[in-house]
Amino acid sequence: MAKPKVATTSLAGCFGCHMSVLDIDDRILKLIELVQFDKSPIDDIKKFTGRCAIGLIEGGCCNEENVRVLQDFRAHCDILISVGDCATMGGIPALRNMVPLQECYEEAYLKGPTVHNPARQIPNDPELPLLLDKVYPCDEVVKIDYHLPGCPPSADTIWEALVALLTDKPVQLPYELVKYD
Amino acid sequence: MSDNLAASVREICKANGGDRTRLMDIVRAVQAKFGCVSGPAMEMIAQELKVHRVEVHGMVSFYSFLSEQPKGKVTIRLCNDLVDQMAGAAEVGQAFEDELGIKVGQTTPDGKIALEYTACIGMCDQAPAALVNDVVVTELSTDSARRIVRELRKHMDPARLVTRLGDGNNAHELVHAMVLNNIRVKGSLIFTPTNRGEAIRKALGITPAEVIRAVKTSRLRGRGGAGFPTGLKWEFTRAAPGERRYILCNADEGEPGTFKDRVILTELPDRVFAGMTIAGYAVGAEEGIVYLRGEYAYLRKYLEHTLQERRKDNLLGRNILGKQGFNFDIRIQMGAGAYVCGEETALISSCEGLRGDPKTRPPFPAQKGYLGCPSVVNNVETFACVTKILEQGPATFCEIGSQGSPGTKLLSISGDCKSPGVFEVPFGIKLSEVLKLCGAEDAIAVQVGGASGQMVAREEFGRTICYDDLATGGALMVLGPERNVLEAAEKFMDFFVEESCGYCTPCRVGNVLLRNRLARILAGDGEPSDLDYLNDLGQTVKIMSRCGLGQTSANPILTTLKNFRPAYNALVKKRTDGLQPAFDLRTAVADAERVIGRKSEHAHA
Repeated sequence: MAKPKVATTSLAGCFGCHMSVLDIDDRILKLIELVQFDKSPIDDIKKFTGRCAIGLIEGGCCNEENVRVLQDFRAHCDILISVGDCATMGGIPALRNMVPLQECYEEAYLKGPTVHNPARQIPNDPELPLLLDKVYPCDEVVKIDYHLPGCPPSADTIWEALVALLTDKPVQLPYELVKYD
Repeated sequence: MSDNLAASVREICKANGGDRTRLMDIVRAVQAKFGCVSGPAMEMIAQELKVHRVEVHGMVSFYSFLSEQPKGKVTIRLCNDLVDQMAGAAEVGQAFEDELGIKVGQTTPDGKIALEYTACIGMCDQAPAALVNDVVVTELSTDSARRIVRELRKHMDPARLVTRLGDGNNAHELVHAMVLNNIRVKGSLIFTPTNRGEAIRKALGITPAEVIRAVKTSRLRGRGGAGFPTGLKWEFTRAAPGERRYILCNADEGEPGTFKDRVILTELPDRVFAGMTIAGYAVGAEEGIVYLRGEYAYLRKYLEHTLQERRKDNLLGRNILGKQGFNFDIRIQMGAGAYVCGEETALISSCEGLRGDPKTRPPFPAQKGYLGCPSVVNNVETFACVTKILEQGPATFCEIGSQGSPGTKLLSISGDCKSPGVFEVPFGIKLSEVLKLCGAEDAIAVQVGGASGQMVAREEFGRTICYDDLATGGALMVLGPERNVLEAAEKFMDFFVEESCGYCTPCRVGNVLLRNRLARILAGDGEPSDLDYLNDLGQTVKIMSRCGLGQTSANPILTTLKNFRPAYNALVKKRTDGLQPAFDLRTAVADAERVIGRKSEHAHA
């Protein structure tokens, strides 16, 4: 039987959660015995090659590109997991939700203390995705099956959750793995 | 101006004895004089009372009738509870907006008139209604709304808006209100002729323990809705250690759809004060407080006058009716527009000059209540019942009603019925009989017990009004065949979102999530799994909240889920694409399209 496929992506995140995936250290050798990585920054596959068992999502949705990618993941993955607080709740990027979008653009490109922009233009290249009115947690955009809390979730948390899902056992996360105070 | 402010604040604080526990009266007085409690005013009050400014600020920001910013000299507060909306409050609001040239929540540019929405003001039987400062205007239409604005513009005197007077004591010169009592059915207990002073005389003829025994024998239970045995409460209070004890009357009648206490206070205040005095004698208290909701401020002068008359006749004061050593007096504490203050521990906080935050129980008020002293907190109607029990004996009282719920109950009935108003019925009466009495045989649903109560479906109209079945403080809101029950539930959730004090996260956040998910379902974006979500979250809010507000706020959703499941099922549909229907990319990128000046290819693909 072919190994189940896993895809990962980082939306409006900092790649910290992906670093935490790598932080499982030598267990990554065990992981690639269990699964095959599909679309993911880890192997740099840009497009889905087929149906995936699990999609790991880092980051929420801050722009139209994020939405497109997330919807693509939903269409290709049986199970979607929000990994970390940005995917789950919007996280740090969602701090901008209290500021009107126009002010965000102006602060970033026109008024910020370190901005050098003699043309006084907000960048408008079609390659640049448009920002959403606010940063959305993933489960406001598509259905999410599981949420792994943490900023980032520790390598052990990610490992335990993946192995449990792949071996069809209940996820058991000891208190130490999900307490943050 | 600021000298004037400083002098006034000093004077007001002095008039209240510089007493920190009278902060509510102080800020109310400042608000009345200056139209708001400004930053500098808060600073000065804090200095005078030697408290932190944040305590004053906390007070001012908590209550909806208090304001930090100057509003209009006259504030029109239009009631927008469910029944008022059913009666056309939105159209009336529109008329006010048009005539004033402002939106709800704004003040006219000349600073004269402000327009707001407010929660139930206890006038559902004469809806739509509004408060113009303290003056109540009822049965509003778009025409009368426009007329009110035009007249206010001329004279700026809300009192002159009262052109016709209501029945009974509403026409009393100290009340002078157009409010109607609408007493539709008089029973054999509350609305009966009264012999002023008789109950107290009888109580003083026996020992306090015997008074408590009489109340226990009557099996009287609290009329506010929770139904705790009154005699037992008094016994606990009497037994609790403490040098002083207090009797508090809960006249904060804020439960949407309830207005029977207003009628009792208008027609039978003597009986309520007598009941409080008897309670004082029974538990050994010398001071009583009536916590009167801010919305009923128009009754205050009249109630003060009634208290004064009682003092003259030695029914209050020292050595009452010649009983050596029995001293008791009553003061009125005004509220300032906060539903949660109807909860007894929040009410106590408010009386103590604090934000209306509920307290953790235990200790219960009977052990540690007002100012930490053992306190009785009873509903207006409960005290009125006590007087009757002492007058005619407990046996006569329990002859009426049902086994577990003796006596009569005042119902406040409003909504889609021919004769809305107050009905005194024996406990144990069937809901269907009540609906016949008020002319609402075609009702499809009745919200029993106000917003925090339960939505009862037609199939269950055979149920009875009593503590063992449909327990209620007395509010019945009738929904006729044209109404959408789930939209009504949504309105109630709006109310709880607004009124949550914010202390417990499940209540502060949970109610918002519940309301939003219900709105999503009503918009046609719901899925079957949303119903489980509502149920689970509703249970969490119920179990995890500290006070009665959060413990009941999910009821509109939980009871409609139970009793009106087909209505929900018809709205939800299962989706297979895994997308969240409520997310709309076009809406989400609209701002950016405007700022950047190009269309999103993805959103319009």
